Amino acid sequence: MAMQFMLLFSRQGKLRLQKWYVPLSDKEKKKITRELVQTVLARKPKMCSFLEWRDLKIVYKRYASLYFCCAIEDQDNELITLEIIHRYVELLDKYFGSVCELDIIFNFEKAYFILDEFLLGGEVQETSKKNVLKAIEQADLLQENRIRITARVSMGGLRKNLY
Amino acid sequence: MVPSLKLHDFMEEIRGAKTQAQEREVIQKECAHIRASFRDGDPLQRHRQLTKLLYVHMLGYPAHFGQMECLKLIASPRFIDKRVGYLGAMLLLDERHDAHLLITNSIKNDLSQGIQPVQGLALCTLSTMGSAEMCRDLATEVEKLLLQPGPYVRKKAILTAVHMVRKAPELSDIFLPLCAKLLHEHHHGILLGTITLIMELCERSPAALRHFRKVVPKLVQILRTLVTTGYSTEHSISGISDPFLQVQILRLLRILGRNHEKSSETMNDLLAQVATNTDTSRNAGSAVLFETVLTIMDIHSAAGLRVLAVNILGRFLLNSDKNIRYVALTSLLKLVKSDHSAVQRHRPTVVECLRESDASLSRRALELSLALVNSSNVRSMTQELQAFLESCPPDLRADCASGILLAAERFAPTKRWHIDTILHVLTTAGTYVRDDAVANLTQLIGGAQELHAYSVHRLYHALAEDISQQPLVQVATWCIGEYGDFLLENCEETEPLQVEEEEVMALLEKVLQSHMSLPATRGYALTALMKLSTRIQGDTEAAILEKMPLVEHGGPQTDEEAKESRDDTAPVPTEPQTSKLLDLLNLLDDTSGDTQQPPSLNPSPEGALVHLLDLPCAPPPPAPIPNLKVFEREGVQLNLSFTRPPGTPALLLITVTTTNSSEDEVTHFICQAAVPKSVQLQLEAPSGNTVPAQDGPPITQLFRILNPNKAPLRLKLRLTYNHFGQSVQEIFEVNNLPVKTWQ
Repeated sequence: MAMQFMLLFSRQGKLRLQKWYVPLSDKEKKKITRELVQTVLARKPKMCSFLEWRDLKIVYKRYASLYFCCAIEDQDNELITLEIIHRYVELLDKYFGSVCELDIIFNFEKAYFILDEFLLGGEVQETSKKNVLKAIEQADLLQENRIRITARVSMGGLRKNLY
Repeated sequence: MVPSLKLHDFMEEIRGAKTQAQEREVIQKECAHIRASFRDGDPLQRHRQLTKLLYVHMLGYPAHFGQMECLKLIASPRFIDKRVGYLGAMLLLDERHDAHLLITNSIKNDLSQGIQPVQGLALCTLSTMGSAEMCRDLATEVEKLLLQPGPYVRKKAILTAVHMVRKAPELSDIFLPLCAKLLHEHHHGILLGTITLIMELCERSPAALRHFRKVVPKLVQILRTLVTTGYSTEHSISGISDPFLQVQILRLLRILGRNHEKSSETMNDLLAQVATNTDTSRNAGSAVLFETVLTIMDIHSAAGLRVLAVNILGRFLLNSDKNIRYVALTSLLKLVKSDHSAVQRHRPTVVECLRESDASLSRRALELSLALVNSSNVRSMTQELQAFLESCPPDLRADCASGILLAAERFAPTKRWHIDTILHVLTTAGTYVRDDAVANLTQLIGGAQELHAYSVHRLYHALAEDISQQPLVQVATWCIGEYGDFLLENCEETEPLQVEEEEVMALLEKVLQSHMSLPATRGYALTALMKLSTRIQGDTEAAILEKMPLVEHGGPQTDEEAKESRDDTAPVPTEPQTSKLLDLLNLLDDTSGDTQQPPSLNPSPEGALVHLLDLPCAPPPPAPIPNLKVFEREGVQLNLSFTRPPGTPALLLITVTTTNSSEDEVTHFICQAAVPKSVQLQLEAPSGNTVPAQDGPPITQLFRILNPNKAPLRLKLRLTYNHFGQSVQEIFEVNNLPVKTWQ
């Protein structure tokens, strides 16, 4: 009873993020992605956000040019999954300031970091938007900070981060 | 040598590539740099190189050579290294790779170092890709973190425990004793995680379930507080306090209250409160209400509460939000057996949902409607369902047709109504009914003596209008054969229309000759013709002989060849058969006088009779149209072969054959076609959608093209399939269709 995976893809079917909470081979992941992307892109705009696919329930929503697609299990609540997707989009929006697909393409690793502060192992870990954003902020500061983070001497700790 | 690119420049260059080949080239070049850098480049740049590699991995390219780099980055003391390293581990490593165990030590170190963001990374990775073995190794560390006070790490440790219990259920013993106390925390993240953990433990062990029943009062209290406190900016969505937490609590209450009177009683009032007070103007409220309804229906609730829950679902059916209607239909479908009368009350609304434009909703509405048919509403329901059958999408037709027939069988108020209903289904959706529909109807009609005249009149008229739907044609021809004599009289229950013998014969011949008729149907028609010759008095033989088969031919060429073959097929070998048929006719026909000797028959009847025998076999073939190869790519070939059946000049049959001579199999093959507006196209189902490698059995598919205006034929094809690990899409027009396909 959890989310099995979340996929973000564009209207042309290009993958922008893939978070898998179940162990599958690369080949299986590719197959699932391909089939599911095809299925979702074939849906007409007025259709509902839920569909049954294999033995899973798929919840998807389009935000501008990106599809957010989650696979949940039979016992899970589809309507609250829509709220999960919406919350994630809000977090991205707050972080990037009016987020668009390009932000997620060029900063994909940040999109993952944000997701990992909101969901853990396929379950919601934090329901306060404020807390999630605070955690990301702190991690970003730690990343940019030149202060060593362990007692041991770090190599080249004074070199500026050219990211 | 081209220098290595910065991350964003690399991405720009990939996005700027105009072809797949170009993209591959850019990536291959940069991957060479990345590899070199991994081997002996600056360790401080390693995280940047890995990020590039992770980007490339998302595009679908191989990235396994980055696996060891993830390990090195995780072991580094720098936070940026760990951040990217752990991300890489989650994307590139999983329990199938031996390498995954190697990060166990790093995780152990990071968990014990007391730096919160680092502990967060480690826990996240463990709960995403940790194998059973890793979980066992690290259980103690996670337990420690679960007990320390900081909420940031604690909430993550709890959810990591959930993952561990899923992977290695024996670890439940470690975490079970800690749960009850955690419910007294105030942090929403901790509460949420704890409830999730308790659910996981209960699902795995009946003993755990019994143990946790004691927390029901505490859960009720938490939920009550959430529902009654005012708006809290931090956790509210659309005025609902922390809907994520509310939904989770309701789920746990469901698990604990199921099959347990006492627990159910404890939660009854609260459930009623939530059910009545939750504001459902936005999705968040509906989500909570939906979960409440599911819980009410699954535990031992008071009867009044159950009715309330079903009524909420009924209200959901009227919601303007499609998604809410969807979950309502799905839930009502699950309840229709256990709470039938409660669901019946919402039948009119359910029937309205048949008109939904979204097929997944109308499908559920159909299932639910069929489940709600009973003896008192069968007439009105059947009417609604038949209206639906006329306009519903093709993939629902079969289910709708068989559903109506089944309902009619169970609840038909009169036999005549039953026959009418089946007839209506056969005329509307005859091609979609199951095979036993024909047998069922013939049995039904046969057994209703008073309705023989009525049945045969109705079926005759239906058949006269349309001879394409095989089940209808079969039943109608059978009926005409049995009760055809009634056709010559008026039937008071149908339109007064007397039918002439010749008309009946003509219709049966038409069925016999039509290429749309299956062999079984032709059998029915032949049998009917023979039966009629005994039932209908008159110059039957002459009538049959006369009408044989002045088949229309397409063009002058085909005409000549057909004439030739007709002459050719009049030779001796067929004569014995001819005589047999005549003898049979004479045997059956008591009134006809002379037996005629086969050889003395004048040429035209003989030639004509011969054609009667020929008809079940292939008619004289017209000049064949040559095959056409229309597509070739990497060993996959498409060939078209053409047939213009005589007797239907407007019809062209194209057989599309897909072959595969390459080393890799073709899968998910779909071929779609388009033709000009004045031309009608019907695609039959293909023989399959896989072609094994090295000339495995091909896929064949039949296209029927009706071109009565003889418009110049154009054909556009769209192919999609998977081959050599790529998904292929090709759209092209077939330019060189032979003129004979449409003239």
